[in-house]
Amino acid sequence: MAVLDHKLLRNLRSMATQLIAIGLVMGAGIATFVMSAGLIDSLGQTRHLYYQEYRFGDVFVSLKRAPEALKRQLEDIPGVQRVETRVTAGATLDVPGMREPASARITSLPEGGQPQLNRLHLRAGRLVEPYREDEVVIGDAFAEAQHLGPGDHVSALISGHRRTLDIVGVAISPEFTYALPPGALFPDNKRFAVMWMGRDALEAAHDMDGAFNDAVLSLMPGASKPDVIAAVDALTRSYGGQGAYGREDHISDMFLSSELQQLTVMAIVLPAIFLSVASFLLHTVMSRLISLDREEIGTLKALGLTDREVGWHYAKFAASIALLAIVTGIGAGIWFGRGMASMYARFYRFPELQYTLEPWVLAVSVGLSFGIAFLGALRAIRQVMRLRPAQAMRPEQPAVYRPLFLERLGLGHLLSPAARMVLRHLERRWRRSTLTCLGIATALGTLIASSFSLDTINFMLDVQFNRSGREDVAVTLNEPQSAAALDDIGHMPGVMRVEPFRSVPVKLRLRNRDRRLALLGIRPDGDMHRTLDRRQRPVSLPMDGLVLSDMLARLLDAQLGDLVTVEALEGRRPVRQVRVTGIVEQYVGTAAYMDIDALDRLMLEGPTVSGAWLKVDGGQAGRFYDAVKQTPAIAGLSIRAAAIQGFNDTVGQNLIQMTLTNIAFASIIAFGVVYNSARISVSERGRELASMRVLGFTRGEISAILLGELAILVLLALPLGMAIGYGVARMVVKSLQTELFKLPLVIQPSTYAWTALVVVAAAALSALVVRRRLDRLDLVAVLKTRE
Amino acid sequence: MNQTPSQPAFHVEGLTKVYDMGEVQVRALRGVDLDLYEGEYVVLLGPSGSGKSTLVNILGGLDSPTEGHVWFRGRDLTLVTDRDLTLYRRNHVGFVFQFYNLIPSLTARENVALVTEISPNPLTPEEALALVGLAERVDHFPAQMSGGEQQRVAIARAVAKRPDVLLCDEPTGALDITTGVVVLEALERVNRELGTLTVVITHNAAIRHLADRVVYFADGRINRVDRNETRMTPRQVSW
Repeated sequence: MAVLDHKLLRNLRSMATQLIAIGLVMGAGIATFVMSAGLIDSLGQTRHLYYQEYRFGDVFVSLKRAPEALKRQLEDIPGVQRVETRVTAGATLDVPGMREPASARITSLPEGGQPQLNRLHLRAGRLVEPYREDEVVIGDAFAEAQHLGPGDHVSALISGHRRTLDIVGVAISPEFTYALPPGALFPDNKRFAVMWMGRDALEAAHDMDGAFNDAVLSLMPGASKPDVIAAVDALTRSYGGQGAYGREDHISDMFLSSELQQLTVMAIVLPAIFLSVASFLLHTVMSRLISLDREEIGTLKALGLTDREVGWHYAKFAASIALLAIVTGIGAGIWFGRGMASMYARFYRFPELQYTLEPWVLAVSVGLSFGIAFLGALRAIRQVMRLRPAQAMRPEQPAVYRPLFLERLGLGHLLSPAARMVLRHLERRWRRSTLTCLGIATALGTLIASSFSLDTINFMLDVQFNRSGREDVAVTLNEPQSAAALDDIGHMPGVMRVEPFRSVPVKLRLRNRDRRLALLGIRPDGDMHRTLDRRQRPVSLPMDGLVLSDMLARLLDAQLGDLVTVEALEGRRPVRQVRVTGIVEQYVGTAAYMDIDALDRLMLEGPTVSGAWLKVDGGQAGRFYDAVKQTPAIAGLSIRAAAIQGFNDTVGQNLIQMTLTNIAFASIIAFGVVYNSARISVSERGRELASMRVLGFTRGEISAILLGELAILVLLALPLGMAIGYGVARMVVKSLQTELFKLPLVIQPSTYAWTALVVVAAAALSALVVRRRLDRLDLVAVLKTRE
Repeated sequence: MNQTPSQPAFHVEGLTKVYDMGEVQVRALRGVDLDLYEGEYVVLLGPSGSGKSTLVNILGGLDSPTEGHVWFRGRDLTLVTDRDLTLYRRNHVGFVFQFYNLIPSLTARENVALVTEISPNPLTPEEALALVGLAERVDHFPAQMSGGEQQRVAIARAVAKRPDVLLCDEPTGALDITTGVVVLEALERVNRELGTLTVVITHNAAIRHLADRVVYFADGRINRVDRNETRMTPRQVSW
């Protein structure tokens, strides 16, 4: 058999480029699988261990103010294991070297140690020493972005008191794995800080002596979470409880889960595409190889080798490609996986996030590669095994052609003989032509489906920051205040226009469904924060009734005209039936809106505001920020320009990186399919084309015949690929839809254009490579041999 | 058609061809001198590897010699570019091969039309096919024809451009005797009716009776050249 292996090696060497092309397509499939499956493992495992080791809570509740004695009652709820009460507060930070204020969310630490739940993982320094008023531990994302660490100081405005805080440690905690500034879409590590302070100090600063305003609970195994949540709600209601929720509704965990969901889609869809294409390519190559090797196969069998031995010889051929795919795919997968893991580490703060390759991923990759290779080679190998020696040593019957469909219609005279050659060949090999066309289309489809996210995100940004949220700055007040507070804000330097909003934590209930969220009261004629219809046209709010975002309407199964129970979770906690009078389009999060006056009436309050949207004179922005830093009533502010920049610095860059990777992958498919198809054509038709050269056709003329065929297939593949891209993008959008995001399906014409260009370029490149081969056709040899 | 042609179409001088096969060098031609005249029918005879095909390939512009020169109507073929050789083949040379080399995706008519479309003064495909006795089979694909028919299509394709020279490398090599005779008759008719210089390579010695001149090859050299006083028709030859 060793001699046969020599033949195998020679075959492999002579078809090297072609095999590498197929191996790369298969390898790309394996790489995407290894990358995403490994990341799912890593993220999932890391999350699990982190949550466990640092005791991430199971149920969370915020309230206005409750005496510490309530803790005992919470602990007595059946199924509750531990209760951690804490004080949380918003703060405005004055960071050296930054004009605009940063905002912080401060959480209390028990005096002298780690909390029972949501424990901290220290990255540097130490925890706060008991009863040290000015010591804080800060979150590592902010520390990194601002180059702060133990020994540094930061000036903060907490509940109206200016404090200079000494940073003693840098830490992370499971509840801030993904830390978003309040109301923001994307992380902003420069302008949003997570902080921990001693409980006493924070109680004092926030006027919470002997009280708490936030609690975390862990459950005993087997406890019923809904029951516990209901019990917590009942206990906290009279203390301004804003409704308890489970870990799955915790914003940080929701983002992680949605990331895992996306990865799962990626781990299945992309490898499936790449591997099917690879299998098809291998099929065509093997079929061709066997028709070339017919006589050799006959000879081998005539010499006494068994069908099985000869079949095995060709199976090894397929196996070598699988081997190449395994080596390159796993290698590239690990490399991409590590890159992605370090990218994730920028967004998701874990003690350590490392890309790990579990044995099962390796095993599945190896199994998949060999499986796909054998699947592609199956028909060819079966043919080899069935071939009888005598039959094999006779040359194959000449190819049978027939007139084209077009000619049967009597339009044949429109075609030159060369055009007929092209079209008849395509028609005779229609199955392969179709699959080749489909393969190229798949490359384009993959490219579109993995690039449209840029369009979609740009569209969402446009809606979010230009059509809907048009303010320069949003300020949030510490407490809801009377509308007179607006006057003070309006008089701050640089403020040109003020538009108030009121935000009330509520529970909306319809039949057996309910949702907890902030009900937003806005001015119906407002210009800075508008509600939009499906076509992104502003919709003015009705005077009465409730307007829901479409996602919320779906979650509540609410229709226009339904009566929804609104249970306010602050103030006098009124419970009212309000009619749904509008449903608006919103891509991020869930939201409910009311006319601000109607909301005031619902709350049984006079004109009240929670904050305001502002237009600020750009030239005076610095003075405005300085004023904000001195205004105790302002708990936080979000700056539109900073949010956009924050997005571009983080998510935007990653998207571009991902898109570039996808372009590379899709180009591999396009190149692989076109190159392979062209090479097989050269092999099948080299003799024919060489004959034409002998008859006096130039190199250009015979290239036109062969490449014309490819050009037709590529042209047909373009619209098909666009349709596939659209379809897959639609599927992706649907499958990625979570409560956090509803991705609109937006594909710009320019995306269709540049992706098509990439595919055409890959095709042209492979055509060029094949053209060189045509130029080297051996005219004399081809005349001496018979096919 | 037994007159002695006066004009040499090809003048071959000191033609040498060495194939460099890595470690060994194969000397396919070792200094060949030969004149071929317009309108004559020449048979090249000799064992395999004696250099016949190499000479014909060089005459047809498919290959170039290592040394020596070939003049076609006064033009040195060894000095022209590859593109000129393509044009030379297109406008002056007709080839017939042992294995026909038809385009399987084109019908008989279209195989001929392929060439007539790029030639300046061709026969119509129908005329060319009638010349080889295939007027009835014009719309058949190669796979629907016998070997002899396919070879006659190949001849029709070669002559349709009214070539100045028709080069045939073992045209009956893949055919049985009866079919071979039909093919040789077609060649004979082309030579007679169109006056095309016809060069036929064979190692079937009986074919020599059909020629004006017979060139004997051995070991890369011309051994001798015989002239037939009378040419036989293929049917007169005893196979």
